[in-house]
Amino acid sequence: MAKTKKVVQLMPTDIKDELLKKYPPKVARKRAKQIMINEATESEAPPEIVANVRTIPGIITMRGCTYAGCKGVIMGPTRDIVNITHGPIGCGFYSWLTRRNQTDAGEDGDNYMPYCFSTDMQDQDIIFGGEKKLEAAIQEAYDLFHPKGICVFATCPVGLIGDDIHAVTRKMKAKFGDCNVFAFSCEGYKGVSQSAGHHIANNQVFTHLVGENTEPKEGEYKINLLGEYNIGGDGFEIDRVLKKCGITNLATFSGNSTYDQFASAQHADLSCVMCHRSINYVADMLETKYGIPWIKVNFIGAKSTAKSLRKIAEYFGDKALIDKVEAVIAEEMLEVESVISDVRPRTDGKTAMLFVGGSRAHHYQDLFEEMGMKTLSAGYEFAHRDDYEGRHVIPDLKVDADSRNIEEIEVEADSEFYNPRKTPEEIKALEDAGYKFKHYEGLNPQMDKGTLIIDDLNQYEAEKLVEIMKPDIFCAGIKEKFSIQKTGVPMKQLHSYDSGGPYAGFKGAVNFYKEIDRLVGSKVWSYMKAPWQENPELTATFVWE
Amino acid sequence: MALLRHTPTEVKERKALMINPAKTCQPIGAMYAALGINGCLPHSHGSQGCCAYHRSTLTRHYKEPISAATSSFTEGASVFGGQANLLQAVNNIFTVYDPEVIAVHTTCLSETIGDDLNQIRDKAIKTGKIPEGKTMIGAPTPSYVGSHVTGFSNMVKAMAQLAEPTGKKSGKVNIIPGWVEPCDMEEIKRLAAMVGVDITLFPDTSGVLNGPLTGEYKMFPDGGVTVKELKAAGDATGTLALGEWCSADAARWLDSKCKVPCSVLDMPFGLAATDRFIDVLRTVAGVPVPDTVAYERGQLVDMISDMHQYFYGKRVALWGDPDQLISMTEFLVSLDMHPVYVVTGTPGKKFEKRIKEICADKPFEVKVKAKGDMFLMHQWIKNEPVDLLIGNTYGKYIARDEDIPMVRWGFPILDRQGHQYFPTVGYKGGLRLLEMILGRLLDRKDRDDPEQKFELVL
Repeated sequence: MAKTKKVVQLMPTDIKDELLKKYPPKVARKRAKQIMINEATESEAPPEIVANVRTIPGIITMRGCTYAGCKGVIMGPTRDIVNITHGPIGCGFYSWLTRRNQTDAGEDGDNYMPYCFSTDMQDQDIIFGGEKKLEAAIQEAYDLFHPKGICVFATCPVGLIGDDIHAVTRKMKAKFGDCNVFAFSCEGYKGVSQSAGHHIANNQVFTHLVGENTEPKEGEYKINLLGEYNIGGDGFEIDRVLKKCGITNLATFSGNSTYDQFASAQHADLSCVMCHRSINYVADMLETKYGIPWIKVNFIGAKSTAKSLRKIAEYFGDKALIDKVEAVIAEEMLEVESVISDVRPRTDGKTAMLFVGGSRAHHYQDLFEEMGMKTLSAGYEFAHRDDYEGRHVIPDLKVDADSRNIEEIEVEADSEFYNPRKTPEEIKALEDAGYKFKHYEGLNPQMDKGTLIIDDLNQYEAEKLVEIMKPDIFCAGIKEKFSIQKTGVPMKQLHSYDSGGPYAGFKGAVNFYKEIDRLVGSKVWSYMKAPWQENPELTATFVWE
Repeated sequence: MALLRHTPTEVKERKALMINPAKTCQPIGAMYAALGINGCLPHSHGSQGCCAYHRSTLTRHYKEPISAATSSFTEGASVFGGQANLLQAVNNIFTVYDPEVIAVHTTCLSETIGDDLNQIRDKAIKTGKIPEGKTMIGAPTPSYVGSHVTGFSNMVKAMAQLAEPTGKKSGKVNIIPGWVEPCDMEEIKRLAAMVGVDITLFPDTSGVLNGPLTGEYKMFPDGGVTVKELKAAGDATGTLALGEWCSADAARWLDSKCKVPCSVLDMPFGLAATDRFIDVLRTVAGVPVPDTVAYERGQLVDMISDMHQYFYGKRVALWGDPDQLISMTEFLVSLDMHPVYVVTGTPGKKFEKRIKEICADKPFEVKVKAKGDMFLMHQWIKNEPVDLLIGNTYGKYIARDEDIPMVRWGFPILDRQGHQYFPTVGYKGGLRLLEMILGRLLDRKDRDDPEQKFELVL
């Protein structure tokens, strides 16, 4: 049943005012800078958004913490490293199998992902310090499993009580000799969101692991896929397509990844960045230290996937590869086109809102566009201005007091292994032909004029937006899902995919079209009122017909 | 290939490394308890990651919205104290979300730095951050002490501390149900009504976490115990605390501070524990038990007798929270099943003692561990297998690896539904538990029986 739809003629400025109306003045002033009307009128300066700033206490944010960004997001998906959470039990428990990073344990069979390892700190550890317990825990993990690597993750109290986790891990690494042990100071209170955790993870992985395997890697057209976490099998689908094209993916950071993939990433000739927010640090460092250029790719959406494959082929510039990529695209698009022609009449003209972490609120707009759906409003939990406005704003970014203590590491060209993959002339020739290295234009340019771009959306604003603009589908996470659905608006989780997926690549696009078609067309939204609530005027008369 | 392929059969003692915990941390219990107060917004005084994790886990368990706010500590607040964050939060919460009550709990962060909730609440009152007629309560819930059960208990105690005895007895009985599902709370209310006892149930998440889809989102649904009822709890004739770990602290506080006598009972899972609950209820209220209750009891006894052959001698491993495990172990023993491995992550020596008492003189040896983990339990299973697993969703990895049928029961259940709608307390709940256990065991029999022995009637 089609929903009767309120025709929305509200101006974006009215909607913004409506969102801000209820706040205390200080909160309203702050939120006003995080709610942006895209491409505001010509007379105004180009709109700037405030992002990556502290969360307003009590506002019911969607955000998580630095530990989640570091252990949960970046390191969690690596199957053959034992990840030990140093802290009370909660942090380890909640990040235990709750992100859907799928993995293929391969021939060696090492897979610690179904396990949760924790030092389970007790009050005496808080009082007397937890270093001894951490040391014992690392030893027990080593004795039980003999893994290639053990990583240790700090939680809130660890920084406060002054446990030196780096000293403990250095000591244990030296003691074992055959097991790389290192630590992450990713206390939950650092920075303002998961984002700080990404940065800390990038730094430590690059410092302690990348480049360790100096044995050259076999394969043609060697790339790294950075910032792809194999949620619901996305990475598997991308790998399938790459393989079909004859492109060798040496290392995925970090879906379905292994210790050796991180250790060998410097052997690739190109880095392809999916999630810009979480991994751009490693991309830059690989370029500086080893001379590997990076490009932004997007495998979400069939057309974006085709475009990204072409971009990779163009980089290598080899006719055999270019032809192969075209052949693969043509073959894969057959199914995509057949499904889209079935689905599109039902999805065309429908509207969506997307509020997801630091990357998908942008990427998934490609899929919705392919279905003829318009994005009314979007935003990130924890992205920075460059993810909204594009990397050209990076020189203008100011690090504020809350993020100042996130370490910036300096990387230099490696005296032995630095090897520029293209000559300056080759780079220039590509750039003259319109090729863009180290380029990410951000979310804003993709969105229509007058759409609302909102950073760190909260519960109140989500409810208001849905109430005013009545989207046909709302995309966010598990915490938002059921409050939105209670209002009768279908909700799609774009973190966990509601146990579905993959949504990346060609097969993923097909899955997504079908899923959105199912959701926006589901009859359940017509069952909310009982017949006697729909027609309350019929009161107690006996009518048997 | 096994999913938990790195778990060795040989058991070695571990002193420092917890693997696959059978518990989580305090604040999530406090958050769950606070949702059982009418018009309440739980608030997590710590960095925001905790709050996001706790909301997500509760949401995955209930498939319902879980609202909670957080102080969103930054590094500065973590060093210099979180008072300013909490005061701002309280102001923002009342202005934007307008709850009746804010129930604040803490995390390892705010506990380590030593923030004093009472002092901050006084400051909030003095500076007018709490509007007239609104309430703020607080419970310290350090994650490095106890478990999620401890956090639940601490918030329930903070609820009891709202009691304002007038000196005039109300004739009502307080029932503290402990950490059970919303439908279990409904069932306890139904049983009390059948017996004819006027009760105040707290916390009460029924109507909050098992609500309908109507097209309207209510952040504060109609369910939950009201502040008014909590204030009146000090005038009750007595308190029944169901579960030593979950409920006793609050009941004892009411006893010593408000002179409301209390009895601490086991949670009413299974036949005997439900019998004791009903018997104490009628005794404290001085009322006869109607035949309708005995009728339900008789149905449960009937089903046990009908299907006893399938329960008899079956070896069971169970894990979860102490109060639930004690009653479940007793129930399994009463069915002549053999609960051979019983593990909780929650500390407490009394737990091991109770389980051993229940299993004393029975024809099996029980391995029981408090402060244990599921890695150890899996090792026990590898050494000597069982016929059935009973516990939360994390057991499914063991169930698959070892090919053992599993009943999902406890917290959290992330991969099935039903637990918030169909109770497992009381006699009706006992029937449902038997149905679940039989279903798993008989499905397995049907799967494994050879063709010649495959039968229509069981």
